[in-house]
Amino acid sequence: MKRLNGRMATVFLFGLAVLFLAGVTVAGWYFGEEALTTDFSRKNLEPCGQYIFGTDWLGRDMFIRTLTGLSVSIRIGLLAAGVSSVLALLLGILAATMGKTVDAVITWVIDLVLGIPHILLLILISYALGKGFKGVVIGVSLTHWTSLARVIRGEVMQLKEALYIRTAQKLGVSKFEIAWKHMLPHLFPQFLVGLILTFPHAILHEASITFLGFGLPPEQPAIGIILSESMKYLAMGRWWLALFPGLFLVFTVALFDVAGESLRRLLDPNSAHR
Amino acid sequence: MVLEAKNISFRYGKDTKQILEDFSLTVESHERVGIVAPSGFGKTTFCKILAGYEQPDGGEVLLDGRPLGSYGKYCPVQMIWQHPEQVVNPRLRMREVLKEGDEIEDYVIEGLGIEEDWKNRFPGEISGGEMQRFCIARALGKRTRFLLADEISTMLDLITQSQIWSFLVEEVEKREIGLLAVSHSMPLLESVCTRICKLD
Repeated sequence: MKRLNGRMATVFLFGLAVLFLAGVTVAGWYFGEEALTTDFSRKNLEPCGQYIFGTDWLGRDMFIRTLTGLSVSIRIGLLAAGVSSVLALLLGILAATMGKTVDAVITWVIDLVLGIPHILLLILISYALGKGFKGVVIGVSLTHWTSLARVIRGEVMQLKEALYIRTAQKLGVSKFEIAWKHMLPHLFPQFLVGLILTFPHAILHEASITFLGFGLPPEQPAIGIILSESMKYLAMGRWWLALFPGLFLVFTVALFDVAGESLRRLLDPNSAHR
Repeated sequence: MVLEAKNISFRYGKDTKQILEDFSLTVESHERVGIVAPSGFGKTTFCKILAGYEQPDGGEVLLDGRPLGSYGKYCPVQMIWQHPEQVVNPRLRMREVLKEGDEIEDYVIEGLGIEEDWKNRFPGEISGGEMQRFCIARALGKRTRFLLADEISTMLDLITQSQIWSFLVEEVEKREIGLLAVSHSMPLLESVCTRICKLD
């Protein structure tokens, strides 16, 4: 077999990552009910052929719980990363185009949010909004837009001075058309990559505040809940309760990172020779 | 129409070289004026001021006695740049680039030797000379009254140069567009222009 060239390999990697993540999301949705099913005839089983991740103290299948937890995490990640990226796009463009005062205010807010540790701000926002799904999503959205907003702001500022945009202005092209035809195609790759690279942060932060008890409610099979509950049983030697969910959380986050990186390499023409 | 530059002074920021000092020039619609000057003399800067890309520190640019800004969104003074790749968005097809101009007529596109096939390409897929023809065509819109040609043919071979210049001269004569040509090549300016202005 011929070796894949760099671009093909990147496309392959990206496709694989997306396929896995989509698969986990759908499977989690499908097994939603089963993840809550308790069966005392099979409790505390070590990983075996039938229950590959073992079962917990209530006889719930850990494989299905892990899948469902990841699925919840991915859905929260998608929603939160989407909201925060759109927020970043809007604020970045506003900062770059609406004059000095608006720019100063937005830059100040960016510095403010960046200056407070993420996890602290997240806990505060989530707690103030009554925890749960809404609290987590809003909390993650409001803390993760800053670096992308900075990138977008810089990009728009650079574009504003580009000769081809100034020439278009002299040719009487309208402001809207300049934004739509000249600026958006340049911003889109940055936006997309920013969006995907926000996922892993969003997922990890969701899991950590849920673990700390400020996130999703305990009845939901989220990775954070699974991990914090398993802490009690680790000392009894039930290592499988924490190991597999934890490993798969790391794996999912790493895959999002791989997907984002490969997409960046595909969209950035300058990276072809690296 | 008359394009006047009155006592223009300009420099890029404080503590830099004074590029233009009290410089005046008048171009009329039926004229083709050539400008020759050594490198770094401010020829491009002067063109940028005339086309409204830069504001002069002193003096003013008037078109028929009115400032350029009063002519609406389309600037009647259009500039053709030395490096076409800087004034074309790398993510737009050449067809879109042409559309930005003010109702460019088909004979202009043909006269400049632009082939139909080139229009479907991106700027990275055509040569500098081919791209320059698109830039020239784009500047020849319906409402263009003055054309500033800043070293527009330096990257072209002699046959293409003569093809483009003979079309351009014919076109500006027919439509009474005033032309200001900047070049290092004296023979070129002598054959194209009606008047030559030497700055040295």
